[in-house]
Amino acid sequence: MYFSTRLLVCIMLEIKNLHASVNGKEILKGVDLTVKKGEIHAIMGPNGSGKSTLASVITGNPTFEVTKGNVIYEGIDLLELDPEERAGAGIFLSFQYPIEIPGVSMVNFMRAAINAQRKYRDEEPISATEFLRLMREKKELVEMDTQLTNRSVNEGFSGGEKKRNEIFQMAMLEPKLAILDETDSGLDIDALRVVANGVNKLKSNENASIVITHYQRLLDYIVPDYVHVLHDGKIIKTGDKSLALELEEKGYDWLKK
Amino acid sequence: MTNSKTDIQTTTSRKKEAVVLEQPYIELYEQNEETIHIHSASALNHGRRKAFEKFKELGFPTPRVEIYKYTDLREPLGVDYGLNIKRMNFPVNPYNVFKCDVPGISAYLYFVVNDAFYPMENRKSHPLPEGVIIISLRKASEDYPELVEKYISKLAEKHVDGMIAFNGAFAQDGFFIYVPKNVVLDRPIQIVNIMRSDVDFMANSHNLVIVEQGAKAQVLVCDHTVDDVRFFSNRVTEVFVGENAFYEHYKLENVSRKTTEVSTLLIAQEQNSNVLGNILTLHNGITRNNIEIDLDGENCETYLTGMTLSDGRQVVDNYTSILHNQPNSHSNEKFKYILDEESKGGFTGRLFVAKDAQKTLAYQNNKNILLNHTAKMRTKPQLEIYADDVKCSHGATIGQLDEKAMFYMRQRGISEKEARMLLMYAFTADVIDNIRIDALKDRIKILVEKRLRGELSKCEGCSIC
Repeated sequence: MYFSTRLLVCIMLEIKNLHASVNGKEILKGVDLTVKKGEIHAIMGPNGSGKSTLASVITGNPTFEVTKGNVIYEGIDLLELDPEERAGAGIFLSFQYPIEIPGVSMVNFMRAAINAQRKYRDEEPISATEFLRLMREKKELVEMDTQLTNRSVNEGFSGGEKKRNEIFQMAMLEPKLAILDETDSGLDIDALRVVANGVNKLKSNENASIVITHYQRLLDYIVPDYVHVLHDGKIIKTGDKSLALELEEKGYDWLKK
Repeated sequence: MTNSKTDIQTTTSRKKEAVVLEQPYIELYEQNEETIHIHSASALNHGRRKAFEKFKELGFPTPRVEIYKYTDLREPLGVDYGLNIKRMNFPVNPYNVFKCDVPGISAYLYFVVNDAFYPMENRKSHPLPEGVIIISLRKASEDYPELVEKYISKLAEKHVDGMIAFNGAFAQDGFFIYVPKNVVLDRPIQIVNIMRSDVDFMANSHNLVIVEQGAKAQVLVCDHTVDDVRFFSNRVTEVFVGENAFYEHYKLENVSRKTTEVSTLLIAQEQNSNVLGNILTLHNGITRNNIEIDLDGENCETYLTGMTLSDGRQVVDNYTSILHNQPNSHSNEKFKYILDEESKGGFTGRLFVAKDAQKTLAYQNNKNILLNHTAKMRTKPQLEIYADDVKCSHGATIGQLDEKAMFYMRQRGISEKEARMLLMYAFTADVIDNIRIDALKDRIKILVEKRLRGELSKCEGCSIC
């Protein structure tokens, strides 16, 4: 009894035997993963292994169907919640391919998101001055061009700007659990440093991150506590940060056998 | 107060329906021709008999008439409406009861109650610039007969359309706007059409707008209904835009579900002129907009945009026609519809490029969102190009809200309902951005948002609608 209470306090996310499919095709075939507060987990793996699907299922993307297993987040059954409720509970996804939303300004989008999350936590809406201050502060954090927040969400943004915008939104929303889905892809080395810097500055003992990546490169900047290899819908190996270096050198084939 | 026409029901038989719908109006005209003449703007009387003969021949359009195939007007035309042939005044002074307030618009404000134009008696605070005339067509026919007769019905009489012919037979008055050469109006002209009656009522009116060479005018026409009876309005507006002139026409419709509106806007542009038309249908019953723009000179610019938000059993049909009759002109057309429940939308984008109209640039776009499977949209681009050195494009889409964008927003915590609202609002943004009167743009943003939230988009401060 004592043991389980202690677990509840420090375990943030617990995934057990998770199976998920899209259009009848099974992608996740029994994923187990436990994330504690303050930890950074990296998930690596070849193309098509199910990395993005895992991120989608955790955040409640309706395209995917969970066929078996549990996801417990801070003691609650996550799979019962709508995507917006999961966001309100503190889960954030940095999208691999951020969506362009013509006609919705970044400012209105951010304000709507912050106030929706505040409402979820029974807090008052943000004041105009506080909102502007927060915008300014977080833009500086990710070194984002001021002009970008005057435009429609991601519309006409370059690949790098879109990724930076994801980290900017993360900084604005201050999630407890951040999932970064290939945030490094398409970034040059300077942008990568800025993005990683943003992530590191937001890290605390109270929150956790899951970093999905193809390459070890990002992990030079964001140092993980654990590295997992996802292959064919299952985690086939878990290690510390040295595993990433080993994968960089040897590839994935040696693990598949 | 009103002349009720003969009872339709007594002579109705299903087989003869097509004939029967017109019959009461034919009798009404023949029995009251003299009365109609006496109480009309004299300029409208010249072509009246001819229009009546044309109406007798054409009848009301049915969906079998190609250009009306998306709109069935037979049901609303079967209602026994009253017509105010003797031009009795309504016992309300709109200036006292109607406080239409688009904040900051400070327009030259005028009212039309049913089909009667109400001149403003006292305009000391914002006098019209010298030479500008805004009066009823009837008064204009008396005071400026040469000016009126030079233009009146010149565009309308070309049309082979039963509703326009009907208007020619029955319209007795309307508004008259004249902006002389090189006069730039510093603020918009706002015409508020109010339908007000205790019995089912039909209004026909014919309006004339003349914007001379180098002049500039913005006209905002708002349609409102005040009473819960069946209304039918059939309006024809002719606009003549001179060389180097600027003209903007906004039509904002916010009427009851029991209202049927047939509105014909005919614009002729001379060379180097610039025209913007923006047709906004927020709330209505059955609406048919006929819009035809003639580009009769070189280097004209034309923007025609429109938006429809509909639910329930609303019907909105925009039949548009842009005619490039001369070379080197540019037109851009964009219409957007969001249809919910059992509403129906129709769009026709006719684009005509004459044989000599080389170097024409013409773009047309119609995008539609159906929010459920019972809403219907019919769209038809119709390009007739007889010149060989032109750039014309057209596009039409009918779809649903972007599911990926929905998830993206929900992942940030925005509720499904709010995310839908934001996406629908965003969908209409480029039409709203085409409004060049800032105060009106802000107002429309609020009205659209309210409409999308399902609240009635009444204009605030309007005490009688």
